Amino acid sequence: MTEPLLRVRDLKTYFVTEHGSGTARAVDGVSFDLYPGETLGLVGESGCGKTVTSLSVLRLIPEPPGHIRPGSFIEFAGRNLLTLAPRELRAIRGNQIAMIFQEPMTSLNPVFTVGDQIAEAAIVHQRLSRRAARARAIEMLKLVGIPDPAQRVDHYPHQMSGGMRQRVMIAMALVCHPKVLIADEPTTALDVTIQAQILELLERLQAELGMAVMLITHDLGVVAGSADRVVVMYAGQVVEQAPTPDLFARPLHPYTVGLLASVPRLDAPSRARARLHGIPGQVPAASDWPGGCRFHPRCPYAWDRCREEEPPLLDASTGEPGSHTVRCWLLTEPQRRTGRPGS
Amino acid sequence: MAAWLVRRLAASIAIVWAVVTLTFVIVHLAHGSPCGQSDGRPVAPETCAALIRRFGLDRPIGIQYVKYLGALLRGDLGESLALHRPVADALAEALPNTFTLTLTALVIDFALGLALGVYQAARERRFGDIALGNAALFVNSMPTFWLGLVLLLLLAQWLRLFPVGGLRDLVLCPRMDSLPCLADFAWHLTLPALTLGLVGAAGTARYQRAALLEVVRQDFVRTARAKGLPERRVLLVHALRNALLPLVTLFGLTFPFLLTGAVLVETVFAWPGMGRLAVTAILQRDYPVVTAAALIASVMVVLGNLLADVLYGVADPRIRVRAT
Amino acid sequence: MSVWNWLAVGGAAVLALVAVAEIRRRTGTGSSGRRFFRHPSAAPALFVLAFFVTVALAAPLVTPYRPYVQIDITRLANHAPSTQFPLGTDPFGRDVWSRLVYGARISLGIGALAMLVAVTTGVVVGGVAGYFRRWVDATLMRLVDVGLAMPRVFMLLMVVALWDHVPLTVLVLLIGLTGWFGTSRLVRAEVLSVREREFVAAARALGAEPARVILRHVLPNAAAPIIVSAALGIGNVMLLEAGLSFLGLGVPSPAPSWGNMIADGWPKMAVAWWASTFPGLAISLVVMALNAVGDALRDALDPRKETA
Repeated sequence: MTEPLLRVRDLKTYFVTEHGSGTARAVDGVSFDLYPGETLGLVGESGCGKTVTSLSVLRLIPEPPGHIRPGSFIEFAGRNLLTLAPRELRAIRGNQIAMIFQEPMTSLNPVFTVGDQIAEAAIVHQRLSRRAARARAIEMLKLVGIPDPAQRVDHYPHQMSGGMRQRVMIAMALVCHPKVLIADEPTTALDVTIQAQILELLERLQAELGMAVMLITHDLGVVAGSADRVVVMYAGQVVEQAPTPDLFARPLHPYTVGLLASVPRLDAPSRARARLHGIPGQVPAASDWPGGCRFHPRCPYAWDRCREEEPPLLDASTGEPGSHTVRCWLLTEPQRRTGRPGS
Repeated sequence: MAAWLVRRLAASIAIVWAVVTLTFVIVHLAHGSPCGQSDGRPVAPETCAALIRRFGLDRPIGIQYVKYLGALLRGDLGESLALHRPVADALAEALPNTFTLTLTALVIDFALGLALGVYQAARERRFGDIALGNAALFVNSMPTFWLGLVLLLLLAQWLRLFPVGGLRDLVLCPRMDSLPCLADFAWHLTLPALTLGLVGAAGTARYQRAALLEVVRQDFVRTARAKGLPERRVLLVHALRNALLPLVTLFGLTFPFLLTGAVLVETVFAWPGMGRLAVTAILQRDYPVVTAAALIASVMVVLGNLLADVLYGVADPRIRVRAT
Repeated sequence: MSVWNWLAVGGAAVLALVAVAEIRRRTGTGSSGRRFFRHPSAAPALFVLAFFVTVALAAPLVTPYRPYVQIDITRLANHAPSTQFPLGTDPFGRDVWSRLVYGARISLGIGALAMLVAVTTGVVVGGVAGYFRRWVDATLMRLVDVGLAMPRVFMLLMVVALWDHVPLTVLVLLIGLTGWFGTSRLVRAEVLSVREREFVAAARALGAEPARVILRHVLPNAAAPIIVSAALGIGNVMLLEAGLSFLGLGVPSPAPSWGNMIADGWPKMAVAWWASTFPGLAISLVVMALNAVGDALRDALDPRKETA
C-alpha cells in the first residue's frame, strides 16, 4: 500500500469558552490518513468537530480562543504542520494544501475582482507576473466551467450567483495545483441542482489533476456518490472509519446506522422513507461531553459498560486489517445488537 | 450613478435651503422688535425707526424672506455691523485660513488615526493595543481647546519650539511670497493643526480598530489566510480595503467635528479663520457675521456628507457597479 | 485645606469605591452585568464618575472655601499647589480645588440636564415618527436631516449673538434641543423594527392606545441604544459647555464651571499653569469615564451578544 499523503494523529483542538471558565474539546483525539489521489469523506452532524478538524490541518483556527494541544500531529510530506514556522506553513497553504469553504457568499472578498483573487495565490506562490497570473485566472475559470471567462475575470463576487461563486472558490483553491484539497461542506449553501454540478466538477477536476480530496459533509448521500473512504465523526472523535462500499453495506456504529437511516432514498418503499428522523436527540455541547462512550445517551443499545468506559477504536475489517475500525463496545458483544429495544 | 447623484444633489440643496430658512426665522425672531429693551437700555425712537428701515423690517415678512434669499443667491451675506464692510469680504479673507487649518488637521487625523487603528488591531488585546487604546480614549475626551492650551504652554511658551499664535510673522513676512515665508507659515500652522488633528486621530483610531477587527472575523479573511498569504498582506490588503469603507462614512462626520473644533482652536492660537471671526463678532454683537458663518459651516457640512457619499460609491464595487 | 476636608475627600473616595462594589455585586450575576464589568476600564470609569458626583454633592464638606471667595488677591493670587491650596489658586486669588468641586456641580449638572432634554426630545420625536410613519415621519426626519447639517456650536453662537443675554437655563435647554437628532433617528429605527413584531400588533388588537403601546412595548426594547447614546452624549455636552464657557458665552463668571475656570486661568498660564490645567484634566477624566462606560454599556446591552 502507498504511503499516506496526510497523516493526522491524535489531533486535539480545544476552545476556551465565552466566560473563560470552561474548555470546549471540539476535536478530541482524531486520527486518520489521506492517501494520494483518493477522496476521503468526513461525515457527522454539525457540532461534531469536522469543520474544526479541517481548519486545524491548515492551522486556520482563530487563536485565541482556540488552540491545538501539544501532542497532536499532522504530517504532510514528512513534516509536522503543527510545528512549522509561519513562513513554511504559508508556503504550503494554498500551494500544496488548498481549501474551499461552506459559504461562497461570504468567503470571497467583496472589494476585489474574482480574477484578482484567483491570481493572487499564483503570484504569491509561483511568482507569476501579473499578466501571466491573469491569464492563469482566465484558464482556471474556464476549467471550472464558467462561461465567458475572459469577461468574468473582471467581475466582482456580488455579480455572480452562489453556484458560480463556489466555482470561483474552487478555481482559486486549485490555481497552484495543490496535492490536497479540503472541501468543507462545499455544497451545503447551494440549491440541489447546483450541488450535483459542483460535486461533479470536483470529481472531474480530481481525475484531471490527480489530487487528494478531503470532503467534509453532513450528508452521507454526498459521500456515497464521491468518496472512496469515509470517516464518521461524533462528539470530537472518530467513531467509524471504512471504505465507502463497506460502510454502506455493513455500518457497525449505531451512530452510522442512524445517519444512514436519515438519508432519503428515492428507491426505498414509502415505509422506509417515513423513518427520516434518524437519531433522536442532539450532539451534546463540546464543553460537556458525556462520560464513557460519548454516544451512549442517544444510543438504543447502550448498557452499563457504555456509560462507564470509553471504547477504543476496534478493528472490524473483513479485508485488509485496519481498513474498517469502529469505536463501539457492541463489537465485543455482538449478540446485544439483535435484541434491538423498541423494534 | 448619474441619476443617483442628481437625486442626492437635490436633497443637499433642499437641506441647505431649509437651513437658510431656519436662520432667517431665528434672526427674525430675535429682531422682531429691535426697539424692545432686552438688555434694559431704552432705545431712542429715531434709532428704532432707522433700524427698522435698515433691516427692512417694515416690509411684510414674505417680501423680506424673498429679498433675503435673493441676496444670498447673489453672494450678498449682508453688511458687518462692527467691521463696516460686507460680510462676504470678511469671510472670503478668513475662509482660506480655516480651510488650510482643517484640511491639514484632516490629513493628520486620518493618517495618524489609520496607522494607530491598524497597529492596534494587529496587536489586539496585547500591551501596545491596550496602552494606545487608553491613550486614544483620553485624548479623544479632552476639550480640544484645552489640549491646544497645554501644547501652547509646553511647546511654545516653555520649550519655545513653536510660535504662540498667529498666521505668520508679519514683520519678516508681510506677504507670503518666498520659500522661507512659506516655511514660517507651516511653522505657525503646526500647533493648531496638530491640536485639532490629534483629538480627531484618537477618535479615528478607535473607529478604525473596531472596523478592522470586525472585518478580520469575516470568512473572506480566512480564505485569504488559507491561500497562504503573508499576514501583512491579509491585514493590509484584504481586511483594510473592506475596513476603509466605514471610514469614508466617518469622513462625513469628521468634517463638522473639525469645523467645530476650529472655532476654539483658532481662538486659542489667534488663527484668523472663520471661527475666530465668528467669536470676535459675537463679542461685538455683530450678528450678520455670525449668521453667515453658521450658514457657511452648514453648507460645508452638507458638502462633506455629499462628498462622503460619492466616495463611498466609488470605493465600494457593490454600489459602484449597481449604480452604473 | 483642613484635616477635616482631607478626611471628607477620603470618605468620598471610599464611598465611591463602595458604590462601585455594590453595583458590581448586584449586577454581576446577570449576563449583561458580567459583560459590562468584563471591560477592564468599566469599573475604574464608574469609580471616577461616582467620586466626582459624591464630591460635588458634598461640596461644603470637602472644600475649605466658598467658590467665589477671593482669599487675598494681593498675596495669594497664582499661588502654587501646596497643602493649604492643593491645586493652587487662580489669578483672582481663589482656591482652584474649591472651585473645581463647586464647578463639578455646575458642569455635571448641565451635562446631565441638557442630555435629559435631548434624550426626552429624541425619544418623543423618534417614537412619534416611527409609530405614525407616513407624512409625520417624513416631516420629522427631514427636520432631523436639517438639524444634523447645522454644526451645533455655530447654531449656539448664532443664538448667543442674536439675543443679548441668554440665561443659563435657556442655554441648557438650547444645548439639549440641539442634541436630540441622533437619538431620534436611533429610536425611530428601533420603533420601526419593534412595531413589526407580533406582540405590538396583539396589543393594538386588544384595543390599547397608540401612546400606551409605545410606552409599554416599544421603549423597553429601544432602551439599550438610548442609554448608550445618553452616556456618550453627556460627555459631548460637557465638552460643548466647556467650549462655550471658555469663550465667555456659557456659564458666566464668577460662578465656577470647568470651562470658565480654564478661561480664567488661561491669561496667566505661563506663570500659573495649575489654574487651567486641573479643570481641563477634570473634564478629560470625566468625559473619558463616560466614554468608557458608554462603550462597556454598548457591549453589555447589545442583544446580539446575549447568546454568546
